Amino acid sequence: MSSDYVYHSDFWLEEPEEANPFAAKACYCHGYDVYGQIIEKASWFEYLLLMFKGDRPQPRETVFLEKIALVLANLGPKEASIRAAMNGGVAGTNHSSALMAALAVGSGQYGGSQELEICMRLWRECGQDLERWKARLQAPEQDERVDIWPAMEHPPGFDPNGDLIPTTVLQALEFLVKFAPDDGALSWLKKHRCDLEEFFSCPISITAITAAAFVDLGLDQDQGSMLYLILRLPGAAVHALEQRKMGWKKFPFYSPAIELEDDPGPVQKKGVEDQS
Amino acid sequence: MNHERLYETEARLVTRIGKAFLTERVVMHGKDLHHELDHMEWLHLYLYAILGRDPGKNVANMLNCYWVGSSYPDPSIWPNHVAALAGSVRTTPSLGMMAGLSISEASIYGRRPEVRALDFFYRAGKWCDEGGKLVDFVDQEKAQGRILYGYGRPLAKTDERVAFTLDKAKEYGFSDGRHLKMAFEVYEHLNEKHGYAMNVAAVHAALAADMGFTCVEYQLLLSPGFSTGMAPCFKDAKERPEGSFFPIRCESIVYHGRGKRDWDE
Repeated sequence: MSSDYVYHSDFWLEEPEEANPFAAKACYCHGYDVYGQIIEKASWFEYLLLMFKGDRPQPRETVFLEKIALVLANLGPKEASIRAAMNGGVAGTNHSSALMAALAVGSGQYGGSQELEICMRLWRECGQDLERWKARLQAPEQDERVDIWPAMEHPPGFDPNGDLIPTTVLQALEFLVKFAPDDGALSWLKKHRCDLEEFFSCPISITAITAAAFVDLGLDQDQGSMLYLILRLPGAAVHALEQRKMGWKKFPFYSPAIELEDDPGPVQKKGVEDQS
Repeated sequence: MNHERLYETEARLVTRIGKAFLTERVVMHGKDLHHELDHMEWLHLYLYAILGRDPGKNVANMLNCYWVGSSYPDPSIWPNHVAALAGSVRTTPSLGMMAGLSISEASIYGRRPEVRALDFFYRAGKWCDEGGKLVDFVDQEKAQGRILYGYGRPLAKTDERVAFTLDKAKEYGFSDGRHLKMAFEVYEHLNEKHGYAMNVAAVHAALAADMGFTCVEYQLLLSPGFSTGMAPCFKDAKERPEGSFFPIRCESIVYHGRGKRDWDE
């Protein structure tokens, strides 16, 4: 007996226990025995790249991804997705709620995975053609139609609110490029960074660096987007947990900062009006 | 220096949307929530909150039909399926609902087709304003390989919501709008040329264009739309034995990948 309802997979195979078709005796990922070999022999990042790309990565690729993951592991409370998770944590919401908040806010076009996707799409279009990059970064939309995602408001991969590249971002770039191929996207970005920053009058962001690194790893924009979301979650988790312990009294509550331009004032109650 | 503009909003937000003067009163778009907006139905208030104005009862009633007409308590529908899975694994109602709502923003149903369809009617209207023929606009879109959202349907040939929505449009005075007429003209053309059916996304979008919503307003308005179908799916699954919601046996994962291989080879 089998079910009429099946799922198809090109990379995941499960073999059932003889006595229970719902329990797995063995699982294979792209042909490799997960519990028999991968867990014993692979590193976490080796397994990640295997899952996403389909083959065992080269050792340098595994190290490269691990270093990218280290850079992204905690971007600090100023980063919008982490701040979103902190807002969940401080109020004692569910841990998954805090991470869902981080994922949603971390998905955007200003520092989020959607911006990274656009950068990776532009890498496919522009390659290492500097003039083409300058043109496309000013108008990165695919066409004139409106979508669920808004139009970009700044050149993707740049921080319109920045002046010079922050030291931490520059450190990340200079460190990561050591693990990237010499003729690859990240090396090209490092080489042309100043030219591009001068042209757009603002610095590149960690999103541009990550996008180029993912291109060098041979990931497509969808894989890159997923990894960008996943790899920033550790910081979101730990900051959420910390604020949960810290308590709401120490957490900003912006009410006094909000000014109502057209405050009509308290409604006069009818009885009060009649008396006046 | 670019960063200097951040100083202005670091500790100050000037707005007209409203404010909660906690312990005292709440203002929404210039009106007192508890004294001047208290008579509103929740969905009408939601509309007012998004638009910043009250578009009137007929618009609220019309939009109410969008929500009512898509409230399917059926866990085979993907967002509902997620809500039911959430119930089956005994997570919380809010997490189940949010998970289901988040996947309502899909490409083959929900938000993207709705927004694309609304944008289509606005662009088509502009084309016609500039002297073009509607069918030429449709053919041009097709020739560019673009999906004409609202026409054709992934799982069924007809859409039971179309007749329901058109009846309601008549009831609330929206059956003669320009964009709704365009929706039918597009349908007739596509049906004749490609055998397409028209689904409710086209009808909803055309009516939304006639009501004058922007694409962002439309997205916000429709975002909670599937909630009413999800809630009973969550609750029903929660009341059944845990893990019993359409369980999957190993063999139901049909494998098409490469053969077994040794890690060390």
